[in-house]
Amino acid sequence: MNQIILSLITGIFISAIAGYIGSLMITKRMALVGGPLGHLALPGVALALIYNFGIFFGALLSIAVGAFFIWLFSLRAKLPIESLTAIVFAAGVAIGFLFLPLSHAEEALIGDITRVNLFDTILAIFLSSFLFIVIRKIYSKLTLSEISEDLAKSMKIDVRKYNLIYLTSIALVAAMEVKIVGILLTAALLAIPAAASRNFSRNIVQYSLVSVLVGSLSAVAGIFVSYEYGLPAGPLIILISFGIFLISLIPARKV
Amino acid sequence: MTDTILKVKKLSVNFGRDIILKNLSFEVKRGEILTIIGPNGAGKTTLLRALLNIISYEGEVVWKDGIKVNYLPQRLSKEKFSLLPISVREFFKFKKPSEDDVLKMLKEVGLEKRVLDKNPAELSSGQFQRMLIAWSLIDNPDVLLLDEPTTGIDVSGEETIYSLLNRFWKERNLTILMVTHDLNVVYAYSTNCLCTCKERVCYGPPKKVLTPQALQRIYKTEIKFYKHTHR
Repeated sequence: MNQIILSLITGIFISAIAGYIGSLMITKRMALVGGPLGHLALPGVALALIYNFGIFFGALLSIAVGAFFIWLFSLRAKLPIESLTAIVFAAGVAIGFLFLPLSHAEEALIGDITRVNLFDTILAIFLSSFLFIVIRKIYSKLTLSEISEDLAKSMKIDVRKYNLIYLTSIALVAAMEVKIVGILLTAALLAIPAAASRNFSRNIVQYSLVSVLVGSLSAVAGIFVSYEYGLPAGPLIILISFGIFLISLIPARKV
Repeated sequence: MTDTILKVKKLSVNFGRDIILKNLSFEVKRGEILTIIGPNGAGKTTLLRALLNIISYEGEVVWKDGIKVNYLPQRLSKEKFSLLPISVREFFKFKKPSEDDVLKMLKEVGLEKRVLDKNPAELSSGQFQRMLIAWSLIDNPDVLLLDEPTTGIDVSGEETIYSLLNRFWKERNLTILMVTHDLNVVYAYSTNCLCTCKERVCYGPPKKVLTPQALQRIYKTEIKFYKHTHR
């Protein structure tokens, strides 16, 4: 199949799900979480590039190991999770750079969607669709728990369970994102479309929908520009969504 | 015939080494309005959270089977909503009622249809609080737990909220447990009053148990409260 079609399909699905879950992340004020998660992926991405297996699996493995260490340290250290995350992700990046082959550095750092294969595309379609169904199920419950956790608990909503599902989904989305925007820009794909959408929207339905649209539109435009001018797609996608964010500031007003 | 819908026996709550509630026992019968008073830090909110089983506690909290309990926490502020793109309609959707029911309920608290598309933060404080009352009643609870339902509302708005609650209490055979600082409300509306200062200080009909001595024990200072007898 034509490479550009594979790139487009993969890009649309991953950016769409990133936009969707990103809207929930902004609601929960966790817009930056995608950053450290992406960085945590580096050692795994390096391994995948050396041994030539899927970047997604390398990224996911290394995010899981990183999350495990954060959890392990949290049992021993009297530090907030946020500080432990900073420590673990810095160590992850350092380890990754020790053996990341220089010839592949660009692909690892800012992604390369022009090199996706059919398997990557099918994985992106299925995993994104599955995550969409999952997030849709937990979306309103997590929104309510953000308004008041006590209120959600009093309505017998198991907030801890839903948070775990939500965090696992973010890790999966971040791992998929590495393919298109690399480890450096994962936070951007999660945060910017949602932030732009926040400025356009007056209710949850509009908010999540516009966020998905901004994400996928940026991906399509970024990939086309990339093919046309031979520039890397990842940064282009992010810059285009940033452009939409700037436009969204025009009608935005604080409630 | 009165039936007991809540039995609390020797309820204690500790956060680490801090004792928040100690050995609290009381009962609530259907149709009661129980007000809970006490100084700041007396564990009033903690008591409601323990009754809802959202924090761990020692002792017994037994609700009658099949009783539906709804809760309006104290810190449900407009600021929280202003950060979210959510409409009043969507806020009601968390409870899955029909749009007709929502409109009917809003009308009962004196709100118009057009608030449905607004963000809750765009309502005035009084409207916001009435919207919350409507929200807490839309799925027909048997019991309402309210934590200072008039925080941040002016005097006339406060009066509206309490008379609304009183009306719903009569019409719907509700049972209400309410934390409040307002002794006027305690005297005017409650059938029973529980005063706590970590432990139970007094419990019973307010006119009987809220003696100057009891008030002094709760608030550790002399409260000169003029009991209005003309109501």
